[in-house]
Order: sequence, then C-alpha cells, then structure tokens
Amino acid sequence: MFKILKYSFYDLMRSSWSYVYFLFYLGLGSVLLFLNNDVSKAVITLMNIIVVLTPLIGTIFGVMYYYNSREFTELLLAQPLKRSTIFIGQYLGVAISLAMSLVIGLGIPFFAYGLLQSTEIFNFLSLIIVGTFLTFIFTALAFNIALSNENKIKGFGYAILLWLFLAVIYDGLFLISLVVFQDYPLDKLSLTATMFNPIDLSRILILLKLDISALLGYTGAIFQQFFGTNLGMISSLAALLIWVIFPVYRIYKKSAKKDF
Amino acid sequence: MFIVINGYAQTIEVCNTCAVKSINEAIAKSKPFGKIMVQKGIYLEHDIIIDKPLHMVGINNPIVDGEKKSYVFIVKSDSVTVSGFTIKNPGQSYTKDYAAVYISQSNHFKFENNTLEKVFFGFLIEKSHYGTINNNQVSSNAVDQSSSGNGIHLWYCSNIRIENNEVHNLRDGIYLEFVKESEIINNKSYDNMRYGLHFMFSNHDEYHNNTFTNNGAGVAVMFSKFIKMTGNTFTQNWGTASYGLLLKEIYDAEIENNTFQENTIGINVEGSTRITYIRNNFIRNGWSVKIAGACYTNNFKENNFLNNSFDISYNSHMNDNTFNSNYWSSYTGYDLDKNGIGDVPYRPVKLFSYIVNKTPETIVLLRSLFVDIINFSEKVSPVFTPDELVDSTPLMKPIQ
Repeated sequence: MFKILKYSFYDLMRSSWSYVYFLFYLGLGSVLLFLNNDVSKAVITLMNIIVVLTPLIGTIFGVMYYYNSREFTELLLAQPLKRSTIFIGQYLGVAISLAMSLVIGLGIPFFAYGLLQSTEIFNFLSLIIVGTFLTFIFTALAFNIALSNENKIKGFGYAILLWLFLAVIYDGLFLISLVVFQDYPLDKLSLTATMFNPIDLSRILILLKLDISALLGYTGAIFQQFFGTNLGMISSLAALLIWVIFPVYRIYKKSAKKDF
Repeated sequence: MFIVINGYAQTIEVCNTCAVKSINEAIAKSKPFGKIMVQKGIYLEHDIIIDKPLHMVGINNPIVDGEKKSYVFIVKSDSVTVSGFTIKNPGQSYTKDYAAVYISQSNHFKFENNTLEKVFFGFLIEKSHYGTINNNQVSSNAVDQSSSGNGIHLWYCSNIRIENNEVHNLRDGIYLEFVKESEIINNKSYDNMRYGLHFMFSNHDEYHNNTFTNNGAGVAVMFSKFIKMTGNTFTQNWGTASYGLLLKEIYDAEIENNTFQENTIGINVEGSTRITYIRNNFIRNGWSVKIAGACYTNNFKENNFLNNSFDISYNSHMNDNTFNSNYWSSYTGYDLDKNGIGDVPYRPVKLFSYIVNKTPETIVLLRSLFVDIINFSEKVSPVFTPDELVDSTPLMKPIQ
C-alpha cells in the first residue's frame, strides 16, 4: 500500500496543480496576515475560505485523479496486488498531498508572522485540523462517487452537486426548517443536523474558538452543555473522524467487488 | 482615676497585652476625635459601634473576626476614619443585611486600606454623605444570588468616592440605589454572581477607568439619569443573560472611551434615550450592541467595531438612533476619493441577526456560506431590517 501511496503522491507532487494549490494558500495567508495586520480578521476570512474551498478542491481533485489514472489502475490490477491496497493507496496519496499543500501553504506565512509568540496559535491549529479533515472527507467521498460511476461526466456532476449540497443547500434547508418549526424545541435537532454535514461540523469547531461569546448567548441547557464544555469540541472531532472512516470503508468494500 | 487619665490621652492602644484588650472597650474609653491604634492580633468581636468621631488605625494588619454572628463594625457618627484592618465573617441572614462595615446616617467617613473577607455584605452604607472608600479589598465566596450580599452597597447616599478597590466573588460588586453625585474610579470588580457595578435610581454619577471581568453582567445601569461612563473595560462577561453593560430605562448618559471585549453582549440597551456612545472599542463580542425597544435619539459616533459576531442587533423597524463615522471591521466598501470615509454606506444590522432574534437556535449557522448569501441579498434590498439604519460615513481605518 505504501508503494502505491508513494507513487500517487509523487505523481501529484510532480503535477503543477499541487503547486498552484500550495501557492494559492501561501499567497492568501501572506496577503491576509501581512497587509491586514489583524490576525483575528485574517483567521475569520481564512475560515470562510477553508470551509468552502477545501471540500471543493478535495472533491474535484479526487474525481479527476481517479478518472485520469484509470489506465494505471487497470495495469496495477493485473499485478498480484490486493485491491484495497491499490485504491486506499491512491486515496491516501491524493488526500495527503492536498492536505500538505494546505498545511505548508498556510503554515509558512503564519510562522513568518510570529505565530508561536501570539495567542492565535490555537485558532491556527483548529483551522489546519479542520482543513485537513475536510480534505480527507471530501477526497474519500469523491473516490466513492467515481467508483460508482463509470461515466466521467456523471461522476463530475455528482461530485459538484455533492459539494454544492453540503456547502450551501444543506444550510438553506436547515435554516428554513428551523424557522418554520420555531415553536418547537429545536436545540437537539439543530445540533444533530450539524453532525450530518462535515462542513457544518468544521464550522462549529472553528466557531468554538472564534465566536464562543455569541454561541453562549442562547438560553438552552443543551446548547450550554455543548458549547460551554469540552463536549462540543470532542463530539465534533469524533463526528469528523466518523465522516472519514465511513467513506474510506466504503471505498474498501466497493473496490473489492467492482468489476473492471 | 486610670480611666480619667486615659480619657484625656489622644491615643488609645489596643493589643492582647495592653491595658485595653478589646476594640469595643477602646471606643467606650476614647473621647471624640481621638485615635485608636489596634496592634496585630485576632479580635473576636462583633457589633462594634462607633458612635463618636474617631480615627482608627490597624497596625500590622489586625484581624477583626465577627464569628458569623452579626455586624462587625457599625458606624453611627460623622468623621470616622478606619484604615489597615482585616475584617471578616459578619453574620449571614435571609432577613437582615449583616455587613462587615455598616455605616448609617454618618457623613465624612473614610475607609482606607482595609481587607474585608468572607463577608455577606462588605460595606453597607445608608443615608450617608461625603464619604471615601479607598484601596480596600472586598471578597466573599458567593455561590448563589439569594444567599449572598453586595461588596459595596450604597443606599440614599450622595457625594461618595469609591476608588482603587477590588471586589470579587460577591452578588453585586458595587451597588448604588438612590445615590447622587458620586464617583467610582479605578476599581476592579470580577467573578461576581450578578453585576460588577449596579445603579438603581441613581442620578448624576460618574464611573471611570474601572475594570469589570467575568461577572454575570459587567455593569447594570437602571432607571438612572445623567450617568457618565468613561475609560472602563468590560471583558469576558459570558453567558445567556450576560452583558458588558446593561442599560435599562436610562436617560442622558455619556459612554466614552470604554472597551468592550469578548462579552456575549457588549451593550444591551432597553428603553434608553438620549445616550451618546463615542470612541468606544467593541472587540470580539457576540453582539456589540443589542438594542431592544423604545430607544430614541441614541448617537453612536467614532466607535470601533472589531470582529464581533454581530455588530448591531435591532428588533424593531422603527429607528431614531444615529450611527456616524464608526469603523466597522466587516465593512467591505471602498474609498475612491481617499478622504478616509467609505463611499458606500454600511448597514450594521444583518438579516441573520434578525433571524437569530426570532429563532435563537439558528445561531449554529453563524458564518455559513448560505447565511453570507442571504445577508448579501438583504444588503442589496433591505426587507426585514430597518431601511434607514445605516452608517453613511463609515471610516476606512480604526480610530486609535
């Protein structure tokens, strides 16, 4: 598996897309930190971007990589290798290279700015953790879609649709349902609905750092318990982990049965 | 014979080995305007009634322990000065306001450099005028509001100066009811159950350069007129009903140069009229300013609103308040003529803050892309938020 991972990883490292992605974060981080001189504002802007952009890049890259390397995959399948090794290896290659672009791209400007001396280090860490999780989740989801669809156009379509749904439409439906049912107790519903969307989960994780004062403004015992203690952070992280494990498990299952 | 001689002496000394062993005894023996020096030691006394003008000095921090029975010091005379004592354990009661120091109908008192510990009420001052409370430490270990008292409690007083004190772990740090023309300066009030500083029916008072941290609410100003608030810091008042500053039914106040940082609600305004907010900093609060109802002619000028989750929350369509020349960190406009003023007006009330007012649970969608989209569409054509509530001269750079 590590050999496949290494090949995929080097393959991607050689492609200019990784560099573009890396340079994008490097540029963005530097501009926000050095031209603005307001770390809190930079973190808020970065959060808005990471929460939307990493899933998009993750899905597109995952689908693209799978379809592009199809011939190579078929060649590998002819070798005495386990299928799970091939696909999980490819998945990890893509996800790790994307995550690295993010971590290094944002890490350099933050360290250059003197992050280690500032109190913003926890905000930075939560940004990085959330970004990495989102990359892993959405690359896995993209691989799932690609594995299930032979037709490239269909695959791409579903991938984009998935991103659009989780990034925008889900929140819209969520908001409308909360407003429609506002006469009912909604705190459990709203927290549960958050768990079913990795983008919302990541947002909550960052809000726990940035906007805790606003989150504690709502009078409700469940919210208080969730946001006021470590429960919120622990359960969000656990849910994100499940969001990684479940799609990866499905890649494993699906690839074992797939007919090439 | 001895008593007579001692009576003429200006100074009476109290200690475990002296002729006078208790403070009560010393007061009884002292003449008006005499001086009592209390040496280091523990004095188990309560209901110490000071009924003549006296100057009492604690030397090397003598401890007066009320043994949780009743009041500790009771001042019933003008011109009493007390300094350098540690006073602790007054009684605790649901029917009587036992205090470490109880001052009643006495003017020109002065309490300096005392430490009040484990108190029910710290200073309880009634119908007294021209007093000074300076450099004292008042603390307790309050666990709930009903069984705890206030640090410095003033009732029907005027011209009192409360300066450089530290009050913590009480119900209200400093409480003023029917208090006029008093000044509260440079105090630190923190970890109190209810309010750091609480005004009720008190007019023409001022408070400057105080720090209020982690209280139920920093400062509550209710039913008061002509209050000046400058240079104070309100931080980390977190919770469901927590405010940096709570204004309720107040008129003609001035709020200048204060800093509101990381509070759930920076300022909560209800039924308040003719208030000017100038050059305040609102930094990373949940809501900087939450305006409930019946607020007229409030004027916000030259304030900095930096990275708050919500800048202004407003629950009615009518607006009679003005916002001018403030700096808003979430302003996205441009300044083509380079005069430092944004060319596009800023709308501080977002559609999402209106939604959160209606359905509080939606707060979990804060900073979601969808919310940004609906905020943007509301900005383009306001439907739900007050149309005329705009800052038409937003600043491009924060005010230093």
